Amino acid sequence: MSEPAPPRFDGEEADTGEPTADGSDPITESEATEIQTGAQSVVAALERAGAETLFGVQGGAIMPVYDALYDSELHHVTMAHEQAAAHAADAYGIVSGTPGVCLATSGPGATNLTTGIADADMDSDPMVALTGQVPTDFVGNDAFQETDTTGLTAPITKTNYFAQHADEVGDTVGEAFALASEGRPGPTLVDLPKDVTNGETDAEPGEAETPETYNPQTVADEEAVRDAARTLEAAEKPVLLAGGGVIKGEASEEVREFARTYGIPVATSMPAVGAFPEDDELAMEMVGMHGTGYANMATTHCDVLLAVGCRFDDRLTGGVETFAPDAEVVHVDIDPAEISKNVHADVPLVGDAATVLEQVSDEMGRASDADPEEVAEGYDEWRDQCREWKAEYPMDYATPDDEPLKPQFVVEALDEATDDDAIVTTGVGQHQMWAVQYWTFKEPRTWVSSHGLGTMGYGLPAAIGAKMADPDKEVVSFEGDGSFLMTIQELAVAVRENLDITVAVLNNEYIGMVRQWQDAFFDGRRAASEYSWCPEFDKLAEAFGAEGFAVSDYDEVASAVESAMAYDGPSVIDFRIDPAENVYPMVPSGGANGQFALSEDQL
Amino acid sequence: MSSDETEASQSGAGLQGPAPEERPQPEGRRNRHGERIDTATDAEQDTRNAVVSALVEHEPGVLAKVSGLFSRRQFNIESLTVGPTTVDGHARITLVVEETDSGIEQIKKQVEKLVPVIAVGELGDDAVQAELVLLKVRGEEPDKVHAITQMYEGQTLDAGPRTITVQITGDQQKIDDAVDAFRQFGIIEIARTGQTALARGDTPTTPGESPAASAESTANTQTADDSKSTTANDNDD
Repeated sequence: MSEPAPPRFDGEEADTGEPTADGSDPITESEATEIQTGAQSVVAALERAGAETLFGVQGGAIMPVYDALYDSELHHVTMAHEQAAAHAADAYGIVSGTPGVCLATSGPGATNLTTGIADADMDSDPMVALTGQVPTDFVGNDAFQETDTTGLTAPITKTNYFAQHADEVGDTVGEAFALASEGRPGPTLVDLPKDVTNGETDAEPGEAETPETYNPQTVADEEAVRDAARTLEAAEKPVLLAGGGVIKGEASEEVREFARTYGIPVATSMPAVGAFPEDDELAMEMVGMHGTGYANMATTHCDVLLAVGCRFDDRLTGGVETFAPDAEVVHVDIDPAEISKNVHADVPLVGDAATVLEQVSDEMGRASDADPEEVAEGYDEWRDQCREWKAEYPMDYATPDDEPLKPQFVVEALDEATDDDAIVTTGVGQHQMWAVQYWTFKEPRTWVSSHGLGTMGYGLPAAIGAKMADPDKEVVSFEGDGSFLMTIQELAVAVRENLDITVAVLNNEYIGMVRQWQDAFFDGRRAASEYSWCPEFDKLAEAFGAEGFAVSDYDEVASAVESAMAYDGPSVIDFRIDPAENVYPMVPSGGANGQFALSEDQL
Repeated sequence: MSSDETEASQSGAGLQGPAPEERPQPEGRRNRHGERIDTATDAEQDTRNAVVSALVEHEPGVLAKVSGLFSRRQFNIESLTVGPTTVDGHARITLVVEETDSGIEQIKKQVEKLVPVIAVGELGDDAVQAELVLLKVRGEEPDKVHAITQMYEGQTLDAGPRTITVQITGDQQKIDDAVDAFRQFGIIEIARTGQTALARGDTPTTPGESPAASAESTANTQTADDSKSTTANDNDD
């Protein structure tokens, strides 16, 4: 998928490699095959919008669309389960920045998608879901495989549509595609009744456009920009908190530039990991429940918090009463509804992250004629303090000889064996936290995880979507044994598509995070978190046609990683890790971030 | 990080650092709305009633999207009315809500965020508001019922030997008073529409809202001069 093969017709002065047709150019791919049905119009709309890869599962009501895909250049990846199709499309959107597309049939197809749609919605990832629906005349009659898909997905989509007519369905799909990535991204869905996709039409879909009434504000109000600059200049202990919006808004460069120009320490939310290089001196890394001690100290004690593109999730803030309690909050977000939703914004800046950061940067020092160095000097003491905290609370783990393999060691070993821009996907649980804590992320769009929804089983389908989006990059998926079992069937897809991905199972034969909480908060009563039997993942991988490895000692790690990375296709390494290992630091739910525990007895 | 030595024998020290109680703690606090507080006095906000008007695309599902938003986000809603506007394909939803100031701000922003919603405005106290109520009361004292109905400028819609049904319109206070006044007869059933409202005078009800270009649906024949767009509301009703 790197550079799609140029379309056959080779237009007179066709722009190279760009499958999207310009609005002005009358010669389009879709004109080669004339549109006759609504389904063909749907496919033409996807092509015109620039989609290249689709993830889905066939089924009754979506069959007309698949029939139209048969003649299309679009690459369709048949997934084993619709939930995985949604996760793969979600990851594709995260890595590429353009909406990932997933397809499913009506009824169970659509309901299976919902977990993945909700996941994309919580993380504001660009995604388009197309679902089949029973013919319009049957809707409301409890027909076979009928479900109220638009009703079900209204709370978990940016917006959704029930397609009304074959003549308009292409434009609707185009609008859904455009809306998914413009402004604050999110999943959109078009429900496609079979009579609409089968319906006759010759309507060519137009350009993928958002509705006229959709106009997100991109440039912040000048007065608020002045307020923000004055607030930062007056600060003594500022922190820049980068949220996922920094990556989605392509503002990582601006954040780096801003932080380095003024010498402001940078903390990130979990979705923003990679927005700021974690080996930078100013990097405080991830803040929140399992964030670093130094990030939690810095945000707790700062006097100005410049938050960019974040929504102050409870896993980030801990108890809101004690979150950055002395800080004036300068909040940049493209979604006005995020301003003062969870944490009051003293200076609200509604707009695009990159644009607003440049606005604030232009305004800095203007009132007092101070140059950036002078502003930066004002924060000298604070930077020293932050450096001290980094020394005081290092991210570190012990590897005693008499204890089993530590998961942190595995994460570091894979980090070392891969390129700086390798993509990491994860499931949800302890393994996810070890991955984010001990991998050193340096680039945006290299950390692909389920943040807001916390969906176990996300890692493998996400790895498939990520690899399709960026085939030249190495893709490593960390999974837990519990998480992996939820979507393991997608190994069949990875083998079928011959995707060169490496799955690292951090196997402790527990639903580990639950076990950790039970030990800490439920008197060690391990209800339904222990397995009496766990499959051998290396053998299971082999059965799927992938390469399998099993590792339980430190000295086997490097060679297994090397072999797995060298194998041209999907491989699975079953790391039998220390079942007693826990994730720390930890801020208990609703606790004060500055009071993070370093071990269970501090909770 | 810094894991140049990845040999099993090189054992790190594990997580280090002062325990929670040994760390400095900031003085400040926030309330549950995420606002910084200096004293405990301004810790809580009072709720108030607000009338919010939303101009929406009149398409299937839009009402479900708006009402679903309220239950999903636990906003308190008193009433919701919906109807067409002068513009074909647009509808107005009028919401009466009871929330704190920050809750009302959130409601406006969350409603506006729905893609089929065109504009949202909060109406001030001077807005023109009206509600309609149908009251079915016992018919034993028709003269008295008629007198109260007159008093509230209402109409009798149905009068039989056992029941009388009347209609009253007005703002919420007037309706509440009327309902109280009819209680003496024994109210059998009530149906209330909920408040609907428009901004007073030249002010558009939602920001940027303008009437349909060819406003032929209104009974008034408007002069071609558009510059002074007088509203037809005042004299007509």
